[in-house]
Amino acid sequence: MHVMYFTEQPMSEYPAKIGLEFGATALMFSNKYFDPVAGSRLYNEYLEQYIYAEEMGVEGFMLNEHHNAPFCMQAKCNIFASILAAVTKKAKIVLLGNPLPLAENPVRLAEELAMIDMISKGRLVSGFVRGGGQEQLAAGVSPAYNRERFEEAHDLVVAAWTREGPFRWEGTHYQHRVVNPWAVPLQKPYPRVWIPGVLSKETIVWAAKQRYPYIALNTSIEATKQIWKLYDQVALETGYTAGPENRGYLQQVHVSDSEEKAEKNARQFLWMQGEFTGLAHPVWSNPAGYFSPEFRRQFVEFAVGRAESPRGRPTFEKQVADGRVIYGTPDTVIPKLRRVLEETRPSIYGLWGNDGSVSPEDAKTCIRLLGQEVMPAMREIGKELGLKDPFELDAPVHLRYSTDLKQMPQAAE
Amino acid sequence: MATGTRWTETAVELAGTKLHLARAGSGRPLLVLHHDIGSPDQLDFYNTLVDRFDVLVPHHPGYGKSERPQWLRSVRDVAIMYQSLLAGLGVDRPSLIGLGFGGWIAAEMATMAPRGFHRLVLVGAMGLKPPDGDILDQAIVSYLDYARAGFHDQAAFAKVYGDVSTDQLVNWDLCREMCFRIAWKPYMYSQTLPHLLGGVRVPALVVWGDDDRVVPKSAGERYTALLPEARFEIVRDAGHCVEMEQPAELVRLVNGFIEGN
Repeated sequence: MHVMYFTEQPMSEYPAKIGLEFGATALMFSNKYFDPVAGSRLYNEYLEQYIYAEEMGVEGFMLNEHHNAPFCMQAKCNIFASILAAVTKKAKIVLLGNPLPLAENPVRLAEELAMIDMISKGRLVSGFVRGGGQEQLAAGVSPAYNRERFEEAHDLVVAAWTREGPFRWEGTHYQHRVVNPWAVPLQKPYPRVWIPGVLSKETIVWAAKQRYPYIALNTSIEATKQIWKLYDQVALETGYTAGPENRGYLQQVHVSDSEEKAEKNARQFLWMQGEFTGLAHPVWSNPAGYFSPEFRRQFVEFAVGRAESPRGRPTFEKQVADGRVIYGTPDTVIPKLRRVLEETRPSIYGLWGNDGSVSPEDAKTCIRLLGQEVMPAMREIGKELGLKDPFELDAPVHLRYSTDLKQMPQAAE
Repeated sequence: MATGTRWTETAVELAGTKLHLARAGSGRPLLVLHHDIGSPDQLDFYNTLVDRFDVLVPHHPGYGKSERPQWLRSVRDVAIMYQSLLAGLGVDRPSLIGLGFGGWIAAEMATMAPRGFHRLVLVGAMGLKPPDGDILDQAIVSYLDYARAGFHDQAAFAKVYGDVSTDQLVNWDLCREMCFRIAWKPYMYSQTLPHLLGGVRVPALVVWGDDDRVVPKSAGERYTALLPEARFEIVRDAGHCVEMEQPAELVRLVNGFIEGN
């Protein structure tokens, strides 16, 4: 079982009241409210917390990135990954991940990731995402080609990692005269790729066809089970049987030395009104062409205020009740995590420990208790339940490296 | 199409796709190119034009009832498809009316065939970077707000669209996605078109609503300055969708211009 520590790295020091009045803090909420003095302090605090996490026994750092919004300060996950590659020793550096469609030059991305892999001495896990809807607008990239660009950029990055250069790339969205990066990954055939997601079936299907682990981001237990049902089905059709090594889960889990303090800090998970990616504007977060066509009717109704978001915006109590938020002391948290492990059987587990304006002291207490008590207990439960992760199993990095396929897939790419 | 007017609706095979075309009336041929939000089937504007002209109203490829060509990448591609459509139908030297986004397509068509058209009418046309202000970006406003922004008087919007149905919203979303496929960046204008407009040999009428909040009037003035033979007209009490808000006045201008010497 691979357990990681995650924080969204919130830019918590901004005038939240003004943000609320503005109505949507992702994309257009003015950066005149960004205080670089607080920003400098917070970046360094978050770095310290990741380094401290390794000292406390945490075996993986999960990093992500977002743009134009206070809910996440990490504008380029490769930057923190580079720093952690140099200053930490053992923990996996798990990027969940780089938003591929936003890349105008995926070869450069391949180079950066190869450098991180070499500097970290082979500790990189290179997840890829589509990027949020707002981020297509922030980056000026057409949302209508989001999925096409995701898939083609992935193919180009993997080619840059695995094919001997120089070669030429003549794609639909990317054309390169010379692909010949003088930086290639240390890990062979290439660093593990994990695919996080929330809602889109297309992404689950795509990940299953690649045999890449899918990381369900803070979904309810029921929704998570539906995801595995689909993933497992596609895996069978593709020629392999999916197991815990294909399943990851990210969950909001705050631990503290008292129940009261844990609850108070866990409420910070809703500091953005419970929105997963900041207080989102329905139009900016769902630009035309970005979402699954099957949800078109729901999204257009949501966009004009006639319907609730298809993603939902449940209350704190509801999220606690359906298992999306867990809080408490290690003694009360571990049984709750056992239930999730038993019910959904992932082998990759991200613990989203701190959000909003949890104090640095409380954040460190949480990290210490996670690293020293909760994570070791989870690893034991994982052993008991047979939840072996991709590293333990030496699982194939991609479908094409499988040796156990029942039938050759027709569209593996 | 409209009650009282006999419109023939066909699906024309073109460039590997099916293009929806409505046609009615007789007289000089007139190709009408609709907005970026598609077009209602019934408009007083269309139904009045058929009294004097052979009116062709296609749905742009990927918009309304026309199939989406997955390969389509630019507004110039659309203009080329319409040149093929006219050639295929044997329509000779038609006049063009381009409404908003359709105005951009019409302007591209005129640059491709400098003597190929009888008259060119651009109404609140996109396609040029406005010297003053920006084209309203539908990427950051809702479907409803964007469509409403096209009207000076919201009563005129209600008259055309009524209580907007979910089907209409879905239709606007499909139109919007198509705009993002072919006109995303630069948004709704071409950097090369202004250099090519000087070659157009067709008399042009450039019409703007006096309250156009979608395309700044400065873009209309730029079209008028760049086209060798162009006249600029302002329609009062009209927003971007002049043909929906002041159809009688626009028909009067169009008739006089197309039939005049």
